[in-house]
Amino acid sequence: MTNRATATIHGWLLLLPAMACLALFTHWPAVASLVESFYSTPRGRRPARFVGAENYQQMLADPIFWKAMSNNLWFALGTIPTSIALALLMAVWVNDKIVGRTWVRMAFFTPTILPMIAVANIWLFFFTPQYGLLEQIIHAFGGRNTNWLGSQDTALYAVTVVAIWKEAGFFMIFYLAALQAIPLNLGEAAAIEGASRWTYFRRVQFPLLMPTTLFVLINAVINAFRMVDHIFVMTRGGPDNATTLLLFYIYQVGFSFWDTAYAATLTCVLLALLAIVAFVQYGFLERRTHYR
Amino acid sequence: MDRRDVLSGAAALAGALALPGMARAQAATEVSFFYPVAVGGPITKLIDTYAADFEKENPAIKLKPIYAGTYQETIVKALTAHKSGTPPVTSVLLSTDMFTLIDEDAIVPFDSFVKTEDDKKWLAGFFPAFMENSQAGGKTWGIPFQRSTVVLYWNKELFKEAGLDPEKAPANWTELLDFAQKLTKKDAAGNVTQWGVQIPSSGFPYWLFQGLSTQAGAILANAAGNTTNYADPAVIEALQYWVDLAQKHKVHPPGIVEWGTTPKDFFERKVAMMWTTTGNLTNVRSNAKFPFGVAMLPAGKRRGSPTGGGNFYLSKKATPAQQEAAFKFIRWITTPERAAQWGIDTGYVAVSPAAYETPAMKAYAADFPPALVARDQLPHAVAELSTHENQRVTKALNDGLQAALTGTKTPQKALEDAQAEAERILKPYR
Amino acid sequence: MSAAPRPVAVATHSDPYAPRGLSLTLESAGAILLALIWVLPLAYAVWAAIHPAEYTTRFVLTAPLTLDNFTRAWAAAPFARYFLNTFILVTMILACQLVLGTLAAYALARQDFWGRDVAFALILAQLMIMPDALIVENYRTLSRLGLIDTIPAIALPYIASAFGIFLLRQTFKTVPKELDDAARVEGASPLQVLMKVYVPLAKPTYIAYGLVSVSYHWNNFLWPLLVTNSVESRPLTVGLQVFSSSDQGIDWAVICAATLMTSAPLLIGFLLFQRQFVQSFMRAGIK
Repeated sequence: MTNRATATIHGWLLLLPAMACLALFTHWPAVASLVESFYSTPRGRRPARFVGAENYQQMLADPIFWKAMSNNLWFALGTIPTSIALALLMAVWVNDKIVGRTWVRMAFFTPTILPMIAVANIWLFFFTPQYGLLEQIIHAFGGRNTNWLGSQDTALYAVTVVAIWKEAGFFMIFYLAALQAIPLNLGEAAAIEGASRWTYFRRVQFPLLMPTTLFVLINAVINAFRMVDHIFVMTRGGPDNATTLLLFYIYQVGFSFWDTAYAATLTCVLLALLAIVAFVQYGFLERRTHYR
Repeated sequence: MDRRDVLSGAAALAGALALPGMARAQAATEVSFFYPVAVGGPITKLIDTYAADFEKENPAIKLKPIYAGTYQETIVKALTAHKSGTPPVTSVLLSTDMFTLIDEDAIVPFDSFVKTEDDKKWLAGFFPAFMENSQAGGKTWGIPFQRSTVVLYWNKELFKEAGLDPEKAPANWTELLDFAQKLTKKDAAGNVTQWGVQIPSSGFPYWLFQGLSTQAGAILANAAGNTTNYADPAVIEALQYWVDLAQKHKVHPPGIVEWGTTPKDFFERKVAMMWTTTGNLTNVRSNAKFPFGVAMLPAGKRRGSPTGGGNFYLSKKATPAQQEAAFKFIRWITTPERAAQWGIDTGYVAVSPAAYETPAMKAYAADFPPALVARDQLPHAVAELSTHENQRVTKALNDGLQAALTGTKTPQKALEDAQAEAERILKPYR
Repeated sequence: MSAAPRPVAVATHSDPYAPRGLSLTLESAGAILLALIWVLPLAYAVWAAIHPAEYTTRFVLTAPLTLDNFTRAWAAAPFARYFLNTFILVTMILACQLVLGTLAAYALARQDFWGRDVAFALILAQLMIMPDALIVENYRTLSRLGLIDTIPAIALPYIASAFGIFLLRQTFKTVPKELDDAARVEGASPLQVLMKVYVPLAKPTYIAYGLVSVSYHWNNFLWPLLVTNSVESRPLTVGLQVFSSSDQGIDWAVICAATLMTSAPLLIGFLLFQRQFVQSFMRAGIK
């Protein structure tokens, strides 16, 4: 028993620095947000007071909140599957001995290295009406003018494309490492059995990549709720909130409307969303992979 | 710099130092100073030079300029710093943030610092249009510094091509539409290659729209900042005019026009007339490869434009000595000579009529007459939209404007929605 | 997800599914096309940065070359200071992450003690509740600590990284128990065992994680934007944004020059070490 007690003390001592930081910057703020969401925002000489579920009622009645939710949902649906599929395709390509492999790999990875805040300005040029790059290309093919960022129908697609571009190459690295770790004799065995390349990919490679896919999926989901840097430069949430994502709205409410209680309420919704996604994914993980 | 001015500055300093309670022996009073770098160019260097000059004249004061980004980011930083206890002693923030700053109990009025006759004359010396946004409840909360208005820039070459008089800008709404129709060009495929006019609508469309609404004869908010008139028939008419330029007459780009790319559109000859800030004057002058003109905005029922830009504010949490030192700096930097030089260097409107009477400004205006357009427009100018919970109340209008411009709501519906939202937010302030 | 160091595929084996002939050509063409699209923003940045401002929107091969944009960008903002700040920031974060992560991962991987599973669950929570979601409360905490507008303020919310702890735990679990026991028999303390046995074996994980961490924090924006006010603490990304958001419209030539300058260290680093980079990912078993 003393042995166990010593181990417990040792264990917690080792954990202490990390746990203290996590408690201070993850657990405590999460709890504090929840508590604060039941209070009003203190302003000037008026202190905060308990208001019950009033902030939540305000939220349910807030059309911009619903707009941000649905935007974020579409943004997630747009970025997650596409960037994962592209990452896999890229990894398969650069895993083969294609022409110019080193350069192609480098090209796919560049978006990861460039700061989003800077490349957003460049994408802004691509999407600019009339003389923007996209317009110049469309014009060359005789297409019509489009104001990509200035129309409610296309603005969200435009920022989604930028997000896909940004993260696909990053996910590719994980797939690439996993693909290279698949023993070649598996391929040889499959070839002897006469499997087509597609069958080999579907039956052998893809299942072996499953842990990677799940890992990448978690990252993609988090990114779908975290990537807002380009919104600051490209649209600031406009036109008429067409590109307002949840985290961007939290920033606006918290740091430009100064409504900290309402920002806390929105934060709680974001945390709840992430928690639900986490539970679904861990349930999935438990079933599909041996984790420990 | 004027010698008399230095002397009076020195005298004021001596006076201030003689005040009881000001510990002379203390180390230099440090005055931190938030400044938004919202204009391009070597503006930080200018401010640094001013600070150094001021310190040379006032060795007991140490100025610490902090460049904090856009106005938007600067107010975020100033208020968060206020909440955490160590705000900058003085900041240049949007004049429209006045009510927000008062509500947050973050600033003190200037009135108690204005003591001598000379001080009073100085305070009375600013353009009245700028003071509208600097005073509330009988007190002066902000001192105009980096102020601007909206003006119209036009490309004289394109005017000539279209058979228009290159020296004459549209004087009213009918002419604006008429000129714009002549200036809009299409290629064989029916794509527009050159627009007649564009009014930016990204980010803060309310500001440019306020030009139109003022011209239509409406005032968007009351002076107490607790009631808006977004759904006024004149406001709806103004928005209808803007929407029609794009959707009905097709002389204005459809959808949202990006503020940041508008000057570039103008330089690229993609648009013949643009509405933007006077603060762009220097930029346009150095980058336009064609002769251009600057004019007051066209008149509807009347002429009109909002003022814009930043005021100096004094932090409530600073020590009295710091406030006094900051006041001295503000007083110093807004003297006519410096206001004139600031206007010449940046393109902003010099804040007092006296600045336009200085030799430096006169020489500059003789060489470059467009520099005077903004001043001439000031008698028609109104206070920029400013209310309690300003960011939220203007966002309601911004969203409505963008909804109408992108065609998802009619102007009437968009403005009624915006008004309802503003009502909801402002009710507690009445 | 196993993290055993695996042998790198030996070149003498030949992959029967490696594309040949026409399919190789098609695959290469597809990959190169996609790569061209992917590299377009960077290519444009280079174009705009080395030509005068009139050519930022016109692609004429005879456009004159210039380095003017770089000198203008360098003069317009204190980028040297921003570089230094970012460098301090990423170093500080990485160093803390590695130390805290190593200690915690070791406890979770090899110590059997009361409350371990609860602790692990609490740590994993951060995988989902990322610090970015908690900007409002974290801002408040840091202002209470009086740390606003300092580099440690940018770093603190990130120094305990669930991702890092998790990766290291998985790696440590693959270290043969016998090595651990042998070291203990020789009288090594737990910390010595950690330093002598576990850390050296986890080197690829450290490298792979380090690269991810550095590139992430080099480019992080929202949180540094909120907590920094002055040149003394502002990292490159925020400096870049302050510099490019102007009332007078966008000057792409200067912005692109600044973008290239600020990303150059990472770009060159990846160009030089990309093979090692991929291999360390592979060996680390991050897949």
